[in-house]
Amino acid sequence: MRAWHFTEMPYPNLPPIESLSTMRVSLPNKLFDPKIGADLYNRYLDEYMIADDLGLDMLCNEHHQTATCIDVCAPLTAAILARQTSKGQICILGNPIANRGDPIRIAEEMAMIDCISRGRLEVGFVRGVPYEIFAANSNPTETVERLWEGIDLVTKAWSPVDEPFNFEGKFTHRRAINLWPRPYQTPHPAIWITGSSDLENIKRAAARGFVFATFLQPHTKVKWMFDGYRSAYQDMGLPGGGGTAYMPLVYTADTEEEAEKGARELTWYLNAKTEPQYRNPPGYVPVDFNVNALKGTFTGRTDAMRAKTMEFLKEEGVMVYGTPDSVAKQLKRLYDLVGGFDHLLMMQQAGWLDHTRTVKSMTLFAKEVFPQIKDLPRTKPLNTKAAAE
Amino acid sequence: MSGSGNVQMIKAGGLSIEVERRGAGRPLLLLASEEQLEREASFVDELAKTFEVIMPSPPGFGTSERPDWMGKPDDLSYVMLDVIDVLGLKDVTVVGFSLGGWIAAEMAVKNTTKISKLVLVDAYGVKVGGPYDRDIMDIWTDHPSKVVTAKWANPENGKRDFSVMNDDQLTVVARNMESFARFCWSPYMHNPTLRERLHRVNVPTLFIWGEKDGITAPSYGEAYSKLVPGAKFVKIANAGHYPHLEATDAFMSALNGFIN
Repeated sequence: MRAWHFTEMPYPNLPPIESLSTMRVSLPNKLFDPKIGADLYNRYLDEYMIADDLGLDMLCNEHHQTATCIDVCAPLTAAILARQTSKGQICILGNPIANRGDPIRIAEEMAMIDCISRGRLEVGFVRGVPYEIFAANSNPTETVERLWEGIDLVTKAWSPVDEPFNFEGKFTHRRAINLWPRPYQTPHPAIWITGSSDLENIKRAAARGFVFATFLQPHTKVKWMFDGYRSAYQDMGLPGGGGTAYMPLVYTADTEEEAEKGARELTWYLNAKTEPQYRNPPGYVPVDFNVNALKGTFTGRTDAMRAKTMEFLKEEGVMVYGTPDSVAKQLKRLYDLVGGFDHLLMMQQAGWLDHTRTVKSMTLFAKEVFPQIKDLPRTKPLNTKAAAE
Repeated sequence: MSGSGNVQMIKAGGLSIEVERRGAGRPLLLLASEEQLEREASFVDELAKTFEVIMPSPPGFGTSERPDWMGKPDDLSYVMLDVIDVLGLKDVTVVGFSLGGWIAAEMAVKNTTKISKLVLVDAYGVKVGGPYDRDIMDIWTDHPSKVVTAKWANPENGKRDFSVMNDDQLTVVARNMESFARFCWSPYMHNPTLRERLHRVNVPTLFIWGEKDGITAPSYGEAYSKLVPGAKFVKIANAGHYPHLEATDAFMSALNGFIN
């Protein structure tokens, strides 16, 4: 089991949330104070460096036009960490390749970061959450196609070539592709992909041997997705069980009371407000989902989570909090419930949770929880052939 | 979703296309708005007393097939021209509403040999202002409550009861919403080259516009109409983006004065 520290780099210093209609897309940027922003960026980067010192790996992501995440360029964060840390793995989860629209530029950036970090980079690709559609102005009906065309092109571009090649796809047209540098890891770094409901996408990821990651989902749904991934992996005859990653909100403290207080601050993320039109742009989900939306039976993940109590979210494995022994016990239960997983992605900071308390939770986790779960076996292979290898 | 007409699937441009036909007489090709509310509107039955009203659903709308390669109303316009050919229509009056108006304009710059008259009602399709001008309200970025008040002179007229629809009907509603975004997301609601082609429209053309349209304002409609040689422009009082639904009598009298 590998354990990753993660923060979305929130900017919580906003007017009262009740007075805002949205924290995403159209929250006026005059509310962003660059001096506060400077402090926050440096603080969050410090926390990643502390994570590295503690023996944790580092996971970063990006979003746009939102106070919930002021990391607008995960490659920048990863590049800083590549230079300023020395031990842990660095994963971008992920590059919004459908929204950025320049797969070759992404391939180059990843190759350079991989070289600077001497091969510590893992590269995720994401389709992008619904509200990202607006900041990027991507057509919501074609981001899945863009995602896969982009991933396949990046993967090919990373590989060593004897001569440059041209690419004339649906969305990208490039001539004389010939990456300088190519990645430190040959043929390329491990590739990750995220998903939340589309089983076809998950199977496509498994068939390519990618790590599959999912966030903040009830454990029954996580198991459904992981099982889908593992059986597709098996069907492809690939060795081992592949790689699965799950992200809950995690807070570890000396006492249950303190842990609950810290965890409550993490729910800031779940309670972030978004105007309705940004939650489900037309064509982002398939027609049958929207038929259910018209009937009022499909509301989206965060809406469903927001309505629940912390106790419920703990039961579901969406939140993990408590004393070190309690957190270890909850994680082992979650591990068993979803059929095992390989990467624990921990949102250990959100909202107003300050530096001192964030670091305290991270430290307790690294020193007292991680040793208890570190040796849990990697996702068990479903196929006997792979198990024998 | 279909009204009282004869609905059939035909092959046009290699695609399976839904076509509803109502009444008898000279052909009137009615290109519905993105929501296809026209298919249940009473004014169509009025028109069907003197015309054969032909309502094809463009690819992705109604139950018409939408191949993955299609991405622009320009693509849809070729299929609608194919429909005219497949049905053997001649001397066709083309009336297009909203997105249907855009498709009609795209058809008319390509080929008018089978088209006798053109009517565009609160149509999208061109950009008349500069890069910072909001020619057409951003219906996907603005709050839904704001969009409703911009679209309808009386927002009550825009209420739809989805609870009485069956799954097939809801599927059409959801497909229409998705396809509308598919074809019109970016460049937003316009084809940058269309305005430079509108000089080719060589049939009598009438623009009908709701005076209170907050999505495509009358000033936009008027500027659009000036790009079509000899086109007339008529405003309808007490109506928003769908004057044919909100002020049907005034709309019909403007339309009849032109097409009869």
